[in-house]
Amino acid sequence: MSNRSKIFFKGVTDVSPLMIPVVPFGIIFGVLAIDLGLTSITTMAMSIIIFGGASQIIFLQLFSAGASSLIILSSVGAVNSRHLLYGAVLSEHMSDFKMTWKIIISYFLVDQAFAVTNPYLKKSTDKDKAFHSFGAGATCWVIWQTTTIIGIFLGSIIPEKLGLSFAVPLTFLALIVDDLRKLINVIVIIISGLIATFGYEIIPFKAYVIVAATSGLTVALILTKFKGLK
Amino acid sequence: MVEWYLIIYCGLVTFFSRFLMIAILKKEMFTDRIREVLSFVPSAIFPAIIFPAIFLDTTGDLLIENNPKILASLIAVIVGVFSKSIIATIFAGLASYWYMIFI
Repeated sequence: MSNRSKIFFKGVTDVSPLMIPVVPFGIIFGVLAIDLGLTSITTMAMSIIIFGGASQIIFLQLFSAGASSLIILSSVGAVNSRHLLYGAVLSEHMSDFKMTWKIIISYFLVDQAFAVTNPYLKKSTDKDKAFHSFGAGATCWVIWQTTTIIGIFLGSIIPEKLGLSFAVPLTFLALIVDDLRKLINVIVIIISGLIATFGYEIIPFKAYVIVAATSGLTVALILTKFKGLK
Repeated sequence: MVEWYLIIYCGLVTFFSRFLMIAILKKEMFTDRIREVLSFVPSAIFPAIIFPAIFLDTTGDLLIENNPKILASLIAVIVGVFSKSIIATIFAGLASYWYMIFI
């Protein structure tokens, strides 16, 4: 095996355990999209073009609620703003990558791929280290597309009364469950959640996601400052 | 077909949020303070999806009594906090929800 494919497969095996929760997430997305009346082609196009679980689910929820394009786009943007956080560390390790690599990796690198790429790049000095990110990202891609297809298929079979749409809040809940151990996070979570729930009907243009998120972030800004003063 | 251009725009937004961090952002651009606040983004945005999906019915009205989703979510939270497992959280919530509506 060449050095490049060895590094590529190291990326594949590193990211594989993280794919376990992605499987139900992808299936749920496919099922939900079909339930909401999207065609199989549109559903597949979303997974290929957007390729981001949280972004796609937010898109679906707001689209089916009749939100405008601008609201959907800005909500997707807000969901993605968490990616900027990783920038600080990652760009450093990728500064010597060719531009084509940066473009390819940008498309592939979802949260799970970031999680394994960062520690690898930190210690690797191999000139072909980009293949690790590529392997990890491509694995995520294959799993996401396959589970979307399974979901599309199941979406036409699974009865609606099974209430599988409840899996959506559960999936997002699972993503922030670690934050429930921290007081400031809990306060932010409750404030954002209450504003979204009570603002759902009141806040115009279905902007409740954006309003709730910015309110939550403002509270975080204030509380962390207050904590820092002590 | 309105959704096509929207899908493409959302794809671009998602791509550029990743591209920005890989190709353009530098460590010096982030003070510890900005990083600290950005770390709250998931806590600030995901509840806006979670809470309405639990507490509102399909017409958007508040549903507190006779709502099995609330108890199922609480069970999911407890399982999640103790197990720290994404998959256990999802299945604990779904299983208790199904138990309540079918049995």
